[in-house]
Amino acid sequence: MSIIVFVEDWNNQYKKASFEAVSYAKSWATEAGTTVTAVTSNGATDPSTLATFGADRILTIALNATPFGMAQQLATMAEGATGMVIAGTSLGRSIAPALAALAGGALSTNTTSVPSSVSPVVVERGAFSSKGIETIALSGGIPIVSFVPNSVGIHERAGEGTVESGEATGTDLMTITEKTIASGKVALPEAEVVVSAGRGLKGPEHWGMIEELASVLGAATACSKPVSDIGWRPHSEHVGQTGIQVNPNLYIAIGISGAIQHLAGVSASKTIVVVNTDAEAPFFKAADYGIVGDAFEVVPQLVNAMRAFKAGQ
Amino acid sequence: MNLLVCISHVPDTTAKINFDAAGKALDATGVQFVINPYDEFSLTKALHLKEAHGGSITVLNVGGPETEPTLRKALAIGADQAIRINATPTDAITVAKELKNHISANTYDLILCGQESIDYNGQQVPAMLGALLNLPFVNACVDLTIDGSSANATGEIDGGHATYSGSLPLVVGGKKGLVEEKDLRIPNMRGIMTARSKPLQVLEASESDTATQAIKFVKPAGKSSVKLVDSVDELVHLLHNEAKAI
Ligand SMILES: Cc1cc2nc3c(=O)[nH]c(=O)nc-3n(C[C@H](O)[C@H](O)[C@H](O)COP(=O)(O)OP(=O)(O)OC[C@H]3O[C@@H](n4cnc5c(N)ncnc54)[C@H](O)[C@@H]3O)c2cc1C
Ligand SMILES: Nc1ncnc2c1ncn2[C@@H]1O[C@H](COP(=O)(O)O)[C@@H](O)[C@H]1O
Repeated sequence: MSIIVFVEDWNNQYKKASFEAVSYAKSWATEAGTTVTAVTSNGATDPSTLATFGADRILTIALNATPFGMAQQLATMAEGATGMVIAGTSLGRSIAPALAALAGGALSTNTTSVPSSVSPVVVERGAFSSKGIETIALSGGIPIVSFVPNSVGIHERAGEGTVESGEATGTDLMTITEKTIASGKVALPEAEVVVSAGRGLKGPEHWGMIEELASVLGAATACSKPVSDIGWRPHSEHVGQTGIQVNPNLYIAIGISGAIQHLAGVSASKTIVVVNTDAEAPFFKAADYGIVGDAFEVVPQLVNAMRAFKAGQ
Repeated sequence: MNLLVCISHVPDTTAKINFDAAGKALDATGVQFVINPYDEFSLTKALHLKEAHGGSITVLNVGGPETEPTLRKALAIGADQAIRINATPTDAITVAKELKNHISANTYDLILCGQESIDYNGQQVPAMLGALLNLPFVNACVDLTIDGSSANATGEIDGGHATYSGSLPLVVGGKKGLVEEKDLRIPNMRGIMTARSKPLQVLEASESDTATQAIKFVKPAGKSSVKLVDSVDELVHLLHNEAKAI
């Protein structure tokens, strides 16, 4: 009768989105008058830290390798649960629908709020690529929520949780033959700050200053679609309606015009800064702050100003 | 190879989105509908696989009669036959169950979906379908090679890629990278002519249970007007003190 939250780790360390997931589960559990059970890999370094975000019981299991295997494991725990929570990381987005299908769940993905009511569970979610907000009721099965990382926040609480090891079976239908992760980079979907650039930069050789700004800010880098289509930047950086949808606290757009398809993937950002030579660029209409100016002058200045600011912190 | 491409019918990416007065549904007035952009990559991949391995491509949509022009467009691009399961999709699990019923009664080697429909942004149907069929599924698939009855599929994961290997049938949720943008095909005159005589079969729906209900839709609050600044120092100051973004 608990809220079950899946807690993802990366190389045995918890991701920020995992703490947010436990925080999410705790606010739901408090409304529903129940407890939080966090399910996590038995390889993770410090499961007891999950208690500080609201986990009452922490269950460590030998986690399967593939999303489907993990979904099967979680499905074995679904019976009698009040609800389930999974962060909408790329792993979470593969697990949640499979879990819903296996456990007879009612699933909301792309969720941007904690439940406004718990019986039935009612949440808000992004639809039409941020051009709409849907309020949805999860009534036809065990409610499962997958939320957009960085949308509901992390909340620490005083609390104690018990750590115990458990078992759950699942079957991996495929084997992983290769896994590559760019090291030292901030993953785009989870990033709190995103520095993004477009065709206004004229060529891939000019991305050095973008990467520098990103590194000063601890940000992820992103780009507009044409920039990845012509191969200036990898596909995985393409944001927008047909690319990655981001939800950072701060989105800095440099030399991007602000086409409707680009805005659809970034307009959920809390604060938007635009740097563009053209004062008429549509992006200024969607921005909070703007500098009308040449990226080749403004960005190096901004790098220095941000560096000075960070040094003074 | 028997290839199935699941197609969803969605508002064009440039569409202005409005909801009806009650906020219950999309107001489709003046909205142009297209093949979901992610599904275009999967359809093109199916064409490449057919060219390399032979076989036939079926495109399938769960939807009302209004989706038929979208299926015809897929036929004009090169699919061999189309099926429409006649239902108004209410949620992902209903769609996934309809697809599952059809797939279980037929033989497909590969089921290509898009990563996500750009209307409800569910990113649910393909993984549900894999689970219902007990078939392997790879999301955000950016590379796929088939060798006899086995497959290697690469999916994007946060900050990188993972390659999975397994045997067919397989379900993928495709996106740009599965084929390149420049490989996408637009229907030519001959394609449009031949599409008219290709079969488009309508099947009756068999599922009705839904798990979720849309209560209302609203548009997000717009931004107040932009604050233009002259210097980067002023910007840093505002981002720190006003927006609390740094
Ligand atoms: C089906 C479909 C889906 C799409 N999906 C996406 C998507 O997901 N994401 C996406 O981004 N796009 C998408 N697009 C493309 C979109 O319509 C635009 O073409 C694209 O976003 C434009 O990219 P851009 O702003 O980098 O380039 P441009 O439109 O060429 O704009 C460059 C901007 O840089 C400015 N500039 C030039 N020089 C400088 C300088 N020195 N300093 C500062 N500014 C400068 C210019 O004033 C201009 O505003 C999609 C299009 C279609 C048809
Ligand atoms: N009504 C539908 N008919 C056929 N395929 C669909 C339908 N809805 C979704 N799909 C497939 O599932 C993918 C992901 O959709 P979704 O889960 O709705 O985001 C789409 O790209 C399609 O390939």
